[in-house]
Amino acid sequence: MTIRKRAAVALTSVLALGTLAACGSTSTPTQSSSSPTSSNTQLQIFSWWTGVASSKALKSLIGVFNQQYPHVKVVNEAVAGGAGSNAKAVLASRMEANNPPGTFQVHAGRGTLLSWIAAGDMAPLNSLYQKEGWYQDFPQSLLNMLKVNGKIYAVPVDMQRDNVLWYNPSIFKKYNLTPPTTFSQFFADASVLKAHGITPLALANHGNWETTLLYSDVLLGTVGPTQYDKILTGKASWNSAGVTKATQTFLKMMQYTNSDAGALHWQQADQLVAQGQAAMNVQGDWAQGYFTTDLHLTPGTGFGWAPTPGTKGTFAMVSDVFGLPSKLKNQTATLNFLKVLGSEKGQDTFNPLKGTFSPRLDANKSLYDAYSQSAMASFKKDTLVLTIGQGGANPGFTQAFENAMVTLISSKNVPSFISAVQSAAQANPLSK
Amino acid sequence: MANPVTPAKATRQTTVRKPARRIRGWDNRMAFFTLIPSLILLGVFVYGFIAWSGYVSLTNWNSLIPTLTWAGLRNYATIFSSFRFQSDLRNLVVFTVLFIAGDLVIGMILALLVDQKIRAEGLFRSIFIYPMAISMVVTGVIWSWILNPTTGINLFFHALGFTHVPEWFLSSRFAPSVHLGQIDIGIPVGLLAVVIAAVWQMSGFAMAVYLGGLRSVPEELKEAARIDGAGPWRTFWSVILPQLKGTTATIVVIQAAASLKVFGLIYAMTGSGQDFSTDMPNLNMFQTTFQGDAFAQGAAIAIVLLLLMAAFTVPYVLSMLRGER
Repeated sequence: MTIRKRAAVALTSVLALGTLAACGSTSTPTQSSSSPTSSNTQLQIFSWWTGVASSKALKSLIGVFNQQYPHVKVVNEAVAGGAGSNAKAVLASRMEANNPPGTFQVHAGRGTLLSWIAAGDMAPLNSLYQKEGWYQDFPQSLLNMLKVNGKIYAVPVDMQRDNVLWYNPSIFKKYNLTPPTTFSQFFADASVLKAHGITPLALANHGNWETTLLYSDVLLGTVGPTQYDKILTGKASWNSAGVTKATQTFLKMMQYTNSDAGALHWQQADQLVAQGQAAMNVQGDWAQGYFTTDLHLTPGTGFGWAPTPGTKGTFAMVSDVFGLPSKLKNQTATLNFLKVLGSEKGQDTFNPLKGTFSPRLDANKSLYDAYSQSAMASFKKDTLVLTIGQGGANPGFTQAFENAMVTLISSKNVPSFISAVQSAAQANPLSK
Repeated sequence: MANPVTPAKATRQTTVRKPARRIRGWDNRMAFFTLIPSLILLGVFVYGFIAWSGYVSLTNWNSLIPTLTWAGLRNYATIFSSFRFQSDLRNLVVFTVLFIAGDLVIGMILALLVDQKIRAEGLFRSIFIYPMAISMVVTGVIWSWILNPTTGINLFFHALGFTHVPEWFLSSRFAPSVHLGQIDIGIPVGLLAVVIAAVWQMSGFAMAVYLGGLRSVPEELKEAARIDGAGPWRTFWSVILPQLKGTTATIVVIQAAASLKVFGLIYAMTGSGQDFSTDMPNLNMFQTTFQGDAFAQGAAIAIVLLLLMAAFTVPYVLSMLRGER
């Protein structure tokens, strides 16, 4: 009896404390929204930047912001894990509860960003773009990825590339090979490498998105950027000769990969390349940071890069962008932060630390290493496209596509894969 | 587990009977009032949200726009017809059965070993229970390294001269393999690696519970068996084991609940695996809901899991209540 009573008392006090705490936490934002210029104005920045480089970069960006707006208290609300999927889950619940963060990280394009716009959760930023002159500072093709019906909804902070073939230069030199620019060259190289006991293509697939990225690049290299864009925007059917051919090429490439892909994370695949156990790997250029920062390799001699086969002149982009949640009560702090985020100074501080580059046309090239400089040059002249899983298609389609991918790799059944993808496109329409 | 309850109940009855009636009435009212907060919390945060999930699972809310229009059972039809969810249900059954069986057998063996009046018993007990203190995610990462077919324990097998080494969780084989509709019915070989990791982590729990059970078997019973001429094996099989029925039931129910909820281990160790051979409904639910934004379909998976869980726990709770009365 006494134990029960004590427990009940304990519970009641916990409850009381909880209520107090809840009152405390709700009262803070109300205060700040009523007086935005007071010293306790708060700005919550939501992202999945918890890695060493990315959190350092974010902190320095916040530093630049606080130099200009010293009275705003920035709260870094980064959520770790799952390449952003955990953060997206937390974000979805906060948006659902009408408690959006000040601003949040999302990929440019037709993925989650478009879903948030469609749900009416984003406010347009046209006047900010006008005031800051950003319509001239960023490439039009990039800004188009942030627009719906002429309204622009986000500010890009960095630029990354998805269609990169990383390779081990000493292996290629040793066997007198050149990095493949076409699929037939790729298979010619691959058979030579395989004959010498080297895994031609290192593959990781612990997260299921890695093979989806590879497939996207193969499709892009097979049908070309125009047709690729049509397929990904629902203007052309998946049930076509090009998709079938790309799927067959993809399956053929799988024969030249390591058998334990399902157990590896992307870093481990790149490690195979760095250590000379494998010759090539297809990965976004976040791999570059891994090569230089973690493995201390020199760009060009320690590791080499080329566009994936058939994709020269095309830049498959991944860009982190930030927008203004429409249900946010105090918008001033967010707009000021976006101003810094899109500025030359903000981007030049942030990007070199993160291992990405600034998508601004006036970005300072000298701040970057050899790889990033070559990527910047391609970005300015190439056709921009998006990748499935990195902002290229809506989340529902992407999930169904990744599921179909799992089955394709085991069953190698091309027609059933294509029909699965087609029904996924019907259930989750790809056109805007 | 069943036996130690009795003395506690006895003392509780005596303390309840002592005070005068008037005080007891006040006591009851007090008990009721102090329970109100927890009743409200449970009502809102458990049952309220279960009801909400049930409702969402019957709507068209399959994007970031909360479309709460009526969909009937369409989401259930979608998930049950999908290859992935069918595979999930197969995996769940196989995993639950093997995990519980492994737990019971190894837990019992460990309990019997520790029960031999050995020196430093506490040390061994702690060693066996210790894996439980590790988070499932850590277990998953460790075992994914140990059982990585190219770099893990297979290196030892290679060194010992074995040429046919297991593929562990990367295997896409089924034993036996019977086609049923879209999926293969059988034991996915890849899943066995996950079972090994789970049993490693949780058999210490079974040991602890069994040890309690073994200690509560009356000495007289064992003595009587000995006098009747039963050997140690016969004593265990015919005298001790029947006494542990309640203990076993407790372990089965608790572990079944843990098994139905398994997520971290799979997420960290294998992901959904070769052709979904190590996928689980929970992982599917998470990805469907938070990566695919299909909230209604995710809720449908959650409700199916809830019903499965209820199928295990409701009979157990009912029998416990009956026993207490």
